[in-house]
Amino acid sequence: MAEDIKMLKVTIDNITVDVPQGTTILQAARMIGGDVAPPAMCYYSKLKGSGGKCRTCLVEVNKGSEADPRPMPKLVASCRTGVMDGMEVKNITSDRVVDARNGVVEFLLLNHPLDCPVCDQAGECHLQDLSYNHGKEGTRYEFSRRTFEKHDLGPYIQLHMTRCILCYRCVYVADQLTEKRVHGILSRGDHSEIATHIEKSLDNDFIGNVIDVCPVGALTDKTFRFKNRVWFTKPVDAHRECTTCKGHVTLWQRGDEVLRVTARKDQWGEVEDWICNTCRFDKKKTSDWVIEGPTKVDRHSVISQGHYTGLKKPEEIFKAVHAGRDPKLLMDIHSVSEVNRPGIALSELPGPATSETFNVDKKS
Amino acid sequence: MPACGGDLKRYMMQPLTNRAKVLDLKPLNFMERLYLPNIMNGMWITLRHIFKKKATIQYPEEKRPFSPVFRGLHVLNRDEEGRERCTACGLCAVACPAEAITMEAAERMKGEEHLYREEKYAARYEINMLRCIFCGLCEEACPKDAIYLSETFAPANFTRKGFIYGKPDLLIPDPKNEPGDFSLAKGQIEDRKEKVRKDVTA
Repeated sequence: MAEDIKMLKVTIDNITVDVPQGTTILQAARMIGGDVAPPAMCYYSKLKGSGGKCRTCLVEVNKGSEADPRPMPKLVASCRTGVMDGMEVKNITSDRVVDARNGVVEFLLLNHPLDCPVCDQAGECHLQDLSYNHGKEGTRYEFSRRTFEKHDLGPYIQLHMTRCILCYRCVYVADQLTEKRVHGILSRGDHSEIATHIEKSLDNDFIGNVIDVCPVGALTDKTFRFKNRVWFTKPVDAHRECTTCKGHVTLWQRGDEVLRVTARKDQWGEVEDWICNTCRFDKKKTSDWVIEGPTKVDRHSVISQGHYTGLKKPEEIFKAVHAGRDPKLLMDIHSVSEVNRPGIALSELPGPATSETFNVDKKS
Repeated sequence: MPACGGDLKRYMMQPLTNRAKVLDLKPLNFMERLYLPNIMNGMWITLRHIFKKKATIQYPEEKRPFSPVFRGLHVLNRDEEGRERCTACGLCAVACPAEAITMEAAERMKGEEHLYREEKYAARYEINMLRCIFCGLCEEACPKDAIYLSETFAPANFTRKGFIYGKPDLLIPDPKNEPGDFSLAKGQIEDRKEKVRKDVTA
């Protein structure tokens, strides 16, 4: 019962909250919200056992608890440290934390390739956001970055091992959501990589969720690969009757085409409800879905550049002024333009478009 | 003052400055009625300009040098090996205030490595020159040095259709097969940019 749970008082960045016993500092900070919440690359509140690997959520504890008010000697990972009564935590108000976080970001970027222009995750990448907030413009790393042999993970999921930051989230997803985990981390140290032992494809139901939990572009949707940039697609909330999952998703549309289906994400970039593979990969028609309305996108996100929400169109007065006449169309752009031609449906392609896609079109 | 003056005044804008001059409607005196001094004065100005340096040039035989920061027609760049640099990242399109740039990306297949520099490339790339305002933000946004504004004007055309520039119109000639055309198209843009950079840092 509620009375049994002991409430603890914790102060983070001079803001005090009461949280139940067993809460971590990160969760308590998220209850306050805003800038007080430390960033997290590996911790995922919906995956048991996640966290403690990336060190981006480091915070300074300058008062351990009411009983033992000594400060903790080192910065602690807030996702794995439980709250004590009377604890005082410094996150963004501590120079040590900010400095350490900058260092952590530099470490994460050591081996991360600078291929954001090619990467499909760009625009919704947590590492990108993190490095914009904390990173330096240049790198001090002088050696060549690690490379891997390419692994094929089947028709749905594209793996770019060079982009991986080894957060283990996808491993937890496979463990906790699917029947059988076929991929994992192979090798040790600098050689560790996400792979299946002896080429297997990831096709368990619900395995598509590894795409959503991946904080970088290491695991991306092959059915969306290179089809469009994230910020040119329009996110809308939609649902359908699904027997295996709840069926609540976000559709990423271009015009009326559904280019990508993902789970809905909350303000921390975490999935609200896991979705099944059928919803994610096979239902790429607008008619499959009941559309609820545009997804609310954070104002600071590049995805909001399309201004799909809160758009107020000025009243069209042409007809009224010109006695009911429509404006004269001087040129139909589709009669000239080769891009976004009405006849070609990118959403129907199982994989990325290639030169063949476009050559076939030229002949017809 | 005319009879309707009072009415007119209502519609007149209120003065924004105090430099307005009151119109002098006094009859002209003798010297003014002669007009000769004024004519002489005007002719003197004309005569003086005959001996001045001419402001006009005989375009297109003669061309003015472009300023180092001139922004003309777009060029899609290639690297030293003649591969297209553009990866269709869409940053130029998102930076474009006129929304003139559209593109479609494709994956590079095996055997196309000599054509495209990276895994992904722009299968189609279009600039609507009717929309373009030549602000150069696309050039600034490009992370791959793939698009830049050259030292040419966009040519005139008789129809609107001629202003939708696709990849064949925009791509720079291949530096391996047509090195002459390549350097011509590239112009002195690199030298000029270098000079501007030096001027800025100095």
